[in-house]
Amino acid sequence: MAEAKNGKKNLLEFEKPLIPIFKKIEELKGVSAHGMDMTEEIKMLEKRIETLRREIFQNLSPIQIVQLARHIMRPTTLDYISLLLEDFVELRGDRNFGDDPALVGGVGRLNGKPVLVIGHQKGHTTKELLARNFGMANPEGYRKALRLMRVAQRANRPIISLVDTPGAYPGIGAEERGQSEAIAKNLREMAALTVPFVTVITGEGGSGGALGIGMGNRVLMLQYSIYSVISPEGCASILFRDATRAAEAATASKITAKDLLEFDVIDEIIKEPVGGAHNDPATSAQNIQVSVIKHIEELNKLSPRELIADRYRKYRKMGIFIES
Amino acid sequence: MAKISIHEWFTRKKKAKAETEAVSARLDIPGNLWIKCYKCNAALFTKDLEANLKVCPKCNYHFKLSSAERIKLLIDEGTFKELNAEIRSTDFLGFTDSQPYQKRIEDSMLKSNLMEAVITGEGQVSSIPVALGVMDFSFMGGSMGSVVGEKITRIAEHGMEHKLPVIVVTASGGARMQEGIMSLMQMAKTSAALQRLREFGLPYIVILTDPTTGGTTASFAMLGDIHLAEPGALIGFAGPRVIEQTIRQKLPVGFQRSEFLESHGMVDAIVNRQDLKSTLTKILRFYKD
Repeated sequence: MAEAKNGKKNLLEFEKPLIPIFKKIEELKGVSAHGMDMTEEIKMLEKRIETLRREIFQNLSPIQIVQLARHIMRPTTLDYISLLLEDFVELRGDRNFGDDPALVGGVGRLNGKPVLVIGHQKGHTTKELLARNFGMANPEGYRKALRLMRVAQRANRPIISLVDTPGAYPGIGAEERGQSEAIAKNLREMAALTVPFVTVITGEGGSGGALGIGMGNRVLMLQYSIYSVISPEGCASILFRDATRAAEAATASKITAKDLLEFDVIDEIIKEPVGGAHNDPATSAQNIQVSVIKHIEELNKLSPRELIADRYRKYRKMGIFIES
Repeated sequence: MAKISIHEWFTRKKKAKAETEAVSARLDIPGNLWIKCYKCNAALFTKDLEANLKVCPKCNYHFKLSSAERIKLLIDEGTFKELNAEIRSTDFLGFTDSQPYQKRIEDSMLKSNLMEAVITGEGQVSSIPVALGVMDFSFMGGSMGSVVGEKITRIAEHGMEHKLPVIVVTASGGARMQEGIMSLMQMAKTSAALQRLREFGLPYIVILTDPTTGGTTASFAMLGDIHLAEPGALIGFAGPRVIEQTIRQKLPVGFQRSEFLESHGMVDAIVNRQDLKSTLTKILRFYKD
């Protein structure tokens, strides 16, 4: 679980100007331990950190946002589930091949009301990441997700999907078991869901692996998340033939929440606390809750048919082209 | 001749080899007398190869077909009517890699003599009317951007409007990265349209040809009621290079080829090109007789 107020641990390169102030605070705390009261001074320095952080975060470049989206301490799906849901029960397996730890799901209560949540699962340590295959799902993950979406549909409960994946796993087994078919089928079946469906991109929205659980009636993005057809590194190495030009690729491919809102690909940006979601997971979770509940309540007014039509309209209009 | 260093000699030799390879690749255009089979290296008389539907008579290697050749192969002569030919791609991101996307589009149009990576229309297969989409790898690797997604969606809608079975022949490297997220959204759009087609009770038949990968495979290429594939076609989600880099080991022989997909249950039948139209006819007659 992401620890609140991370301090100087896990600071990103562009946050380095904060380090001297953190050091100073530590020094002062050391002095306090010897009986001198430094509370005022420490408070002042903490305020300075807050101000400086605000300044730094006001002008983030796309590649810096990519770093935040991938931050090792960024709250994961299970972090948000434990912060947001009561009575959560995790549901596992695709009833066909196995259970995919990279994609989790289950039922619980959000603000007292039953919901089904699915989402990619990463981790905060190398060990956790390995156990979760870095959030890269195999076909059984997508098939589990579809099974759970249908559980929600039969129970007439809303679905919330949390997207945070570098992409669907590119492995031999994944190809053998039909990674393409699993994702394609999810896309088709998500289009037919008769219950309210809200997607939140919480971290990395990696291509088909993200879209495979991401066809909500509403798609929301956390402020420092990304959503793209290919990773900036992949884009740089294929199109620029130079993987080191990822920063450039991140800017050119328009992958930030702000860009995607302009293209009408997403419906809303959910604000993150200063310093990013990992700096204050509880506030981030709270912001997600407020936004998701608002959208579910709106969608609750629609009949099953209208929900399908609403989703169809949203995706039917995607695309920019010239027609003479 | 002036003295050259060993290094230079190797560089020249490498360059010469690359040029020879470029020439032999160029042989793959009508008008040239001979062509070398990519698979078995047999020297083939171009006329013979074309008479054999561009299938190597020695090793059954299926050369790529252009969309026009594919239409000629499958659709009764004189019955094809193209639809939505006038939709064009545009560089809405202002995206430049080694060259601006807009220039890439224009160059592709000139080089391939096509407007986009898919041709859609209506025609008859053994007198059965169908709605058809045929992808063409020679236009930017058959990549799916807004136009490909829109034309596939519209041909599904056309099928619904006129109660026609829908057939799509795939040949695509995946999503068109120059269109960013919009290319990804085409996967959602086409799949949603195919969901409607399905509810309409109309058949959707996919013919997978070499190569079909990425976002195309992970959307409309894998949503057929029936999946036919040409022999030896590369069909997959991730490209073989990406997989090799991820798992850091060599891939097994035949991995992601049609035969691999058939044995893993993803393809109904592998059909030789000369049998493709007759097989398609039998399937269409199952639906409509």
